[in-house]
Formats: sequence, structure tokens, C-alpha cells
Amino acid sequence: MIQLVWLAVLFPLLGAVINAALAFRRPMAKTAVSIVGVGVMAAAFAVALAVFRELQQSPVASYSVVLWHWMPVTDRLSIDLAFQVDHLSSVMLLVITGVGGLIHLFSVGYMRSDPGYARYFAYLNLFIVFMLVLVLGASLPVSFIGWEGVGLCSYLLIGFWYEVDANSNAGKKAFLANRIGDFGVLIAMFLIWWSLGTLDFTGIMMQGGAHWSRGSTMPLLVALFLFLGCTGKSAQIPLYVWLPDAMAGPTPVSALIHAATMVTAGVFLVVRTAAVFTLAPVALEVVAVVGALTAFFAATIGLRQYDIKKVLAYSTVSQLGYMFLGVGTTAFASGIFHLITHAFFKALLFLGAGSVIHAMHHALHHAHSHADPQDMRNMGGLRRAMPWTFALMGIATLAIAGVPPFAGFFSKDEILGAAFARGSEHPIYYVCWALGLAAALMTAFYMSRLVAMTFFGKYRGGEKSAEHLHEAPWVMTGPLVILAILTIGGGLINLPHFAGGSSWLEHWLAPVVQVAMMMVTPTPEIPSGMETTLIALAIVAAVTGLVGGYVLTTRSSIVTPEHAPEERGIWSLLYHKYYVDEVYHRLIVDPTMWLSRRALWQTVDAFLIDRIGVGGTARLAEGLGWLGSRLQNGQVAFYVTMFAVGAVLILRTLVR
Amino acid sequence: MDTRLLLGPTLVVSAILFVLGVAGVLVRRNAIVVFMCVELMLNAVNLTFIAFAQLHGVSGQIMVFFVMTVAAAEAAVGLAIILAIFRHTQSVDLAHINLLKG
Repeated sequence: MIQLVWLAVLFPLLGAVINAALAFRRPMAKTAVSIVGVGVMAAAFAVALAVFRELQQSPVASYSVVLWHWMPVTDRLSIDLAFQVDHLSSVMLLVITGVGGLIHLFSVGYMRSDPGYARYFAYLNLFIVFMLVLVLGASLPVSFIGWEGVGLCSYLLIGFWYEVDANSNAGKKAFLANRIGDFGVLIAMFLIWWSLGTLDFTGIMMQGGAHWSRGSTMPLLVALFLFLGCTGKSAQIPLYVWLPDAMAGPTPVSALIHAATMVTAGVFLVVRTAAVFTLAPVALEVVAVVGALTAFFAATIGLRQYDIKKVLAYSTVSQLGYMFLGVGTTAFASGIFHLITHAFFKALLFLGAGSVIHAMHHALHHAHSHADPQDMRNMGGLRRAMPWTFALMGIATLAIAGVPPFAGFFSKDEILGAAFARGSEHPIYYVCWALGLAAALMTAFYMSRLVAMTFFGKYRGGEKSAEHLHEAPWVMTGPLVILAILTIGGGLINLPHFAGGSSWLEHWLAPVVQVAMMMVTPTPEIPSGMETTLIALAIVAAVTGLVGGYVLTTRSSIVTPEHAPEERGIWSLLYHKYYVDEVYHRLIVDPTMWLSRRALWQTVDAFLIDRIGVGGTARLAEGLGWLGSRLQNGQVAFYVTMFAVGAVLILRTLVR
Repeated sequence: MDTRLLLGPTLVVSAILFVLGVAGVLVRRNAIVVFMCVELMLNAVNLTFIAFAQLHGVSGQIMVFFVMTVAAAEAAVGLAIILAIFRHTQSVDLAHINLLKG
């Protein structure tokens, strides 16, 4: 079955092709589109499950499935289109096809009345194809196909409702921010090939250990350029700005691409090339610090957002920061653990939000209200109309806040523990830990604020729309229930010793990062007394945040957006997201526009090339022609004189 | 008398005739006079041909017949053109015939 892993890629590819064909020929054949779109995901999940089962029983930890010789460039460089099936990619395979499949199912309900239904499923299937290529790729170029492909699908899906200008602009922004990161990955690839002569992940791991010394410049450069790619794809400082705008896409897309799978590609890439990072301790510190800072700053912005999806978007940026903090402290398994649990609870949160938006949209639509169905100030008291969604989102909120025994608690606690433990080696990690803990407190706060604003209190959307509020159909709540079960039980896959578990995921992933871990000192042990204190601190932070968020939100009077007062002081700063977009606009967009318009277009192209170059040549020819035409003045006598003079001159040269 | 002794004076006469022709073409504005000057140049050349034919055989004399034939044809065509121009412009002054110019 492992040799047949390409089937997992082929099924969604078939789905994408068929759905694309349907989008052109039969856009209204929604039943066929649903069956194909969800069916291929079920098939892919079955393949993933079979591969995982076989790998579990296999004594070999890593298989390479070569499909064909892709680029036989030279004797030194020959790239195969090959898939690497190992413990890491098999887990990712399960998460992507599993969570992806559930989101496909949810989309059947959510997108039911959309005219672009077939096109939507074609994009969604295509995204899965590229995501699977990304995680399965056995070499950087193969993974890069997926890396670029998911970026493309992300662009297509963010701008899915392209009739609205803002949506297509958000798509472009995402694509451009990602391109900056992709440039980093490309440079890293060139450097690796130049220095090591191989691009296979196993080759990089082996050759890197053999040819690079720890702490030298080359692995540092490679790691930093790779990390630049990760900051783009995984929305870290400084390239995170595209992710909140990506919420312009349909909500299930936000769940699948901008929360559960694509944005975690950066974390995955760091783990895949872990050996490079452990050879460059400075790069690891950069990863950890950037992760912690992102976790902290994104969480602060999340405190003062009103759009339900924007809160979740900043929460995603913040949680991705945690993952990088994890891998930056060489707790690779913890990073992947948080990636998986986050995929569960963030998909649940986004789909729950989608369910809320769906209900709000219909209710407001029936009441002919033009209020924003995503603004939480228009919601309130929805728990009575939508008990299922409320309960399921409540579970996800407890999980992301880090309340035991939900999945998020264990993964977040492990990352914070690893950061604290590394603190004895370098004090910067204590700072990272403190930032992470503060972010955990704020996460709990803004999540409980979200739930309180949405589900508690009085409905603020107007009386006329209140009676139209209804629970989502089963095809939407069904996937939510499954995700909720995973959210509750997800922690089991890496249950730590103190909770009576055996850290299964850590042992499972050990072979993947084995070589990398040989380059670094093992994570120092935390004394068990200290460990208990840390856990207690984390729980206190979570509970304080949750209670604080609930109490402060329900006590304050929430007014609908049109009556909302001006934000003041620090709140204004947070509400406007630290004006980062505006600063980027001034520092990057405006100069680029100036360079393009003034310098390159008006000066170089219009003036230098058009006026001087092209126009100048024409005028030169015209002038010379005018001079020549003066000779033809119509006076025969003049011609004859010229002729005579010419004849005399010729005779003079002939007769010497 | 040795005809070769006459070569030098003949060529001098021919050159004088030719230069007269050239000068006439260059300075006169009457189309018919210019035309006659062209004929003068042709005949100067004919004279040269004849003179050299005494040394190099009859090919020069044959050439003269060609030149005379062409000159006759040219005279016919040229005079016809001048007539046509005169009908059109009531003038044979070359300075006035200047419609073709850049």
C-alpha cells in the first residue's frame, strides 16, 4: 500500500479535474459535484489510513516512492518525482485528508446556494492535491511544487467571490506576501545544491551533517532563507499581514487553508529540514523568538477585533507562533503535536463560526437588513437558536484556551515547557516562555469574549431577523461533531507521562528528527516540582482569561457597529492592528508604486525608451531624409551641375 | 600624310566641342538650346571615336553609327517631350519646369 501512496494524490486530482469540467459544462449539477468532491476525499483518507497502518507495522521508518525521473540535469543533480512516506508525512497525510474531508462535507451545506459551487469544489480538491504533494515530497523541488500550488489555490479561494474588489485584492495580497517567502525557499534551495549537491530531504540531512559544522555560516544562511519562506506561508512576523485579509474567502476555506493545513506548511518544512536548523543554533533562536513575538502580538490584536473571523484569524497567527516557538526550541514533536490539535480545534472554531455566519446571513437577509453578518456586535444570545453550534464551539474554545483535558492544553503546555527548559541554556528562551504564557492568557480572554459576544446576552441583530435564526443542517453540524470528538480526545496521541500517557507522537516522530537531534543538546529536564508549577500557571492563565473575558464582555454594554463609539487609546491601537498595514503601505507599497509609476513607467519607459529611443530614431531618420530631399529641388540645371561635378570627380580618381 | 599626326589636333577639337556642349547644358535655360548642346557633346564624342578608329580599326566607326542612331531617336523623343511641355506651360524655360522636387 505504501508504494500506492500516489493514489492519495490522484483521487483529489481526479476530483479537481471532474469538478472543473462540471464547472464549465454543468455548473448546476450540485449533487454530482458533492459526490465527486467529498467522495475523492473519503477515498484519499482511506489510502492515508492504509498507508499509516502499514507503516505502523513496518520495521522500516521511511520509504521513498519514485514515480518517475523528473529532472536528470547533470550527473550530480538528478531530481526524481518521488514521495517520501515516513512517520511525519503519514501523520500529515491523515490530518490533511481527514480534516480536509470533514471540511469538504461541511462545504456541501455552507456553499449549497452559491452559483460557483462546482468551481469551489474544483479549487478545494486541487488544494488537497498540492498540500499532499507538499507533505509527501521527498525532495525540496517536489515539495516546492506543492508549496507553490497551495499558494495558488489559496489565492483562487480567497478571491473566490471576485466580484467584490476587496476580495480579489485580499487574494493578491496573500499571493504577493507568499511570493516573498517563496523567494527565500528558492534561494535556500540554490544554496543547498551549491553547497551539498543534493536536494533530497534525506540527502540534505546526511550531507549537511557531514559537510557543515555546527554554527557555521552556510547552514545559518540556508535555515534563515527557509524560515523566510515559512514566515510567508505560515503567517509569521513580518509577513503575517496577508492571513487576516484572507478571511475574505468562504469560511470553510478559512478553516481548511488558513487555519488547519496550508498555514502549517512552514512548521512542517522546519521539521522536515530540522537537521539544517539544528546545525544553526542562531537560526533556531530566531525561529523561537519570531514565533513567540508573533504569538504575543497577534493575540493582543485579537483582543479588540469585532469580526468573528478576524478574531479567529489573529488567533491562528498566534497559534502558529506557538508552533514555531515549539520547533525553535527543538521540541519538533511538540510543534507537530500542536499543529495537529490546532488543526482540529481551529477547524472546529472556523466551521462553527461559518455556521454562525450562515445563520446570521440568512436571518439578516430575510429581515432585509444590511448589517454585517460577521460582526459580533450584531450577534448575541445565539445559544438559544443554535445549541449545537454553541456547545461545539464552547468545546473548541476550552481547547484553544488550554483547559485540561482538551487537546490544546497538552500541546500548548509542552511547547511552553520546552521553552522554559531551554531557558537554562539561554535566557532569551525565558522571554519566549513569558511571551507565550501571556499569549495563552490573552488567547483565553479573546476566545471567551468571542463566545460571550456571540452566544450570550441579548440578540442585537434586530427583532425582525431574530425569528429567522436557525441551527445549521446536519451536513454542517455532523463534521463539527466529529471535529469536537477529535478536539476532546486529540491530546491522547501525545499524552505526557505526568498524565499517565506514553507520549506516543514523540516516539513516533523520533526517527524523523533523529539526525537533527544529534546536533543539539537534549532538552534539559525540568524538576517535577517546577513542572507542576508551570502546569498550574498555564491552567491559571487559561481560567483567568476565560472568566475575565466572559465577565468583562457580559458586563460591558455592547452596541451595534453603527452606534459604536470611537476606539480610544491602546484599544484604538489594537483595533487598528498596530497600523501595520498602513506602515507597510507607506514603506513598501507606496515606494514600489512610485518606482513603477514615476521612475520605471514615466521616466524609463515613456520618456527614455519611447521619446528618446523610439521617437528619437524616427526623428533622426526624418531629419536626414529632409536634408537629402533638399538636393531634389526640381531645377534641372542644378542636377546637371551636380552630375558634371560628380563626373569630373570620378574622372579625377580614375585618371591619375 | 600620316593620319596619326592628326590625332592630337582632332582630339583637341573634340574636347573643345565637348566642353562647349557641357557649358551650354550648364548655363542655358532654354530647353531646346540645352538639347542642342547635348547633341554637340554627342558629336564631340563621335569625333573622338573616328579619330581613334584610325589607330584601332573600324569598331570605333561602327560605334559612331550607333551613337547617331540613338541621337536621332533621342532627338525625336526629346523634342516631342519639349513640345508637350510647351503646350502645357507655354514655356521652354527649364527654371520653370520644376514640379518634381522633394
